[in-house]
Amino acid sequence: MAEAVSDISGSTKKLNLYGGWRAAFPFLLPSLIGFFFFFLLPTGRGIYLSFTDWNLLANSGDFIGAENYDRLFDDSLFWKSVRVTIWYVVINIVTQTLLAIGIAVVMDRLTKSAFVRAVVLLPYLIPNVIVTLLFVWLLDPSFGIINEFIASIPIIGFESTYFTSIDGVIPTIAAVMTWRHMGYTALLIFAGLQTIPKSLYEAAALDGASELQILRRITVPLLRPVLALVLVITVIGSFQVFDAVQVGTGGFGGRPGGPINQSRVIYLYIFENAFNFNDLGYASAISVVLLVVLMIVTAFQLKILRAGESDLA
Amino acid sequence: MTDTLQPETLPTEALAAPSPKAPVPIRARVSRSVAWILLAFLIFITLFPFYWALRTALTTNPDLFAGDNGLVPQNPTELNFLRVLGQATEEEIRISSGRENSGSFDYLQALRNSVIIATVIAVGQVFFSALAAYAFSRLRFAGRDKLFFLYLTGLMIPPVFTLIPNLLLIRGDFWLFQVSGESLDFLPFYESQGVFLLNTLPGVIAPFFLMTPFAVFFLRQFFLGINRSLEEAALIDGASHARIFRSVILPIATPQMVTLGVLTYVAAWNEYLWPLVVARAEEVQPMTVALGIFSSQQPGTAPDWAGLMAGTLLGALPVIVIFLVFGRRLVDSIQFSGIK
Repeated sequence: MAEAVSDISGSTKKLNLYGGWRAAFPFLLPSLIGFFFFFLLPTGRGIYLSFTDWNLLANSGDFIGAENYDRLFDDSLFWKSVRVTIWYVVINIVTQTLLAIGIAVVMDRLTKSAFVRAVVLLPYLIPNVIVTLLFVWLLDPSFGIINEFIASIPIIGFESTYFTSIDGVIPTIAAVMTWRHMGYTALLIFAGLQTIPKSLYEAAALDGASELQILRRITVPLLRPVLALVLVITVIGSFQVFDAVQVGTGGFGGRPGGPINQSRVIYLYIFENAFNFNDLGYASAISVVLLVVLMIVTAFQLKILRAGESDLA
Repeated sequence: MTDTLQPETLPTEALAAPSPKAPVPIRARVSRSVAWILLAFLIFITLFPFYWALRTALTTNPDLFAGDNGLVPQNPTELNFLRVLGQATEEEIRISSGRENSGSFDYLQALRNSVIIATVIAVGQVFFSALAAYAFSRLRFAGRDKLFFLYLTGLMIPPVFTLIPNLLLIRGDFWLFQVSGESLDFLPFYESQGVFLLNTLPGVIAPFFLMTPFAVFFLRQFFLGINRSLEEAALIDGASHARIFRSVILPIATPQMVTLGVLTYVAAWNEYLWPLVVARAEEVQPMTVALGIFSSQQPGTAPDWAGLMAGTLLGALPVIVIFLVFGRRLVDSIQFSGIK
């Protein structure tokens, strides 16, 4: 019996048992269809469209070479949207990452409570649209509770119109999105913290290191691979801010992107060109630029943060 | 990795909270108290907006604008919820909204659409991605690793990049040939609006139904970790791969597939940009789009905050239910996906 088995596996296993396209094809077919029609084909087509003056309504257009890209260079609204987006990403990523590290470290040191972690995750599960509407109300200049609260504190007495404030709109949206994402980011970092050997903390504590020293000398360096991954994910996500801008600045009869273009992020500019101005060619050209920028940013981050290596090795 | 939720007695905890006999340094005690206060503050900041929305939804607009903004509403009322659900009389609408006709949206229809979209996407995406993940983790075929790498590059493409070409596809323009919508009546939930899949639920679902690179990647990682000895025995006994997938892999991987399914469900529920573009018709709009439009119809001065907050809470309700049922599992899986 044993001989027979070894005979079969010896002669046919490599060839047939795991084998070939004939066996794999039925398993792969649905995903191949999905990948082809909704990833591969549209990617090729998006690049092609960026070299045309394709119109959304007419569904036709001509090849016009690099004209759309020429136009981009001289389009001050485009450059404005780039600046606005970068400003948003910087505020959002800095606040979100710092707060997330803080939350993760506090959770790691203080409590293993599943309840706390679940509460921390809650905002991430609520749709952007709903989160934004909640905060448009909380931050309403005349009736919002936050202004009311801040105004009641003596000395500070600070008031802002938030979503309709020229200087404040981007920081406001960044803060709201930080509220939604910091718990999720904290959980990712928290998972990374679990991989740091506890003996290191023990040794540091025995040597009389302070909490801050431990954070700077042990936690952050050993967390680098996880931090790199988290930053790549969150920075890419941050560049794609759209829902909060569209709902937060466009609600109540206004046009999104205001006041005076201060919140016209790149996603919104693409959306407007495609669906308000029906200019699919130009919108596609901006998308291509965004794709290239995101790839460069990702590669750059991975290099800077040396994502693959840990100091633990 | 997944069982870190269990309260373990780790050396650090022993250090951070020594037994009563050992004197706790005052500095450590102070920093622990500060940390607890920060944690409590974090929980407050997380939960307060939801409470405030509820409190607002329980007040009439006239009361709100008259300055009823204490922690508890003075004259609590359920009229705003009834109004958003379309269950209030004209008199009740006038009382609660403070004007003759308040905006409303078809909550039940939006709910129905969101449930169908998210359920079909979650089930289809997880199942078909699991099939692909099986092939990538268990079968050998020419170009396997290259194909998998190609799938992974899909992770880098921002959704807005494929938005426009996908819209053209949903309108029936396949680049080389044009397809009309007449022969599609066999599709479930398909009610033709004239232009192929535009303004139909299958159109909203299609791009996410068969795969996403993340789902294939997630499940392949997990399948690679499953011990192969059982399958090898089954293979030698002559079982087909279909049979092994069904009776060996699926039972073992069920918890992970449910987890991925819940993540996919939430992501599909939260999707805004794609349905905003392909579901222009009210009959097929999911909750996010319906709420966005409901809010954009509000007047610039004195919007219907009470009604908006009632709608917002009702819109978030299904996700909150999922959170209460699956919260712990989601926490686990996010930690798992982060570490892999």
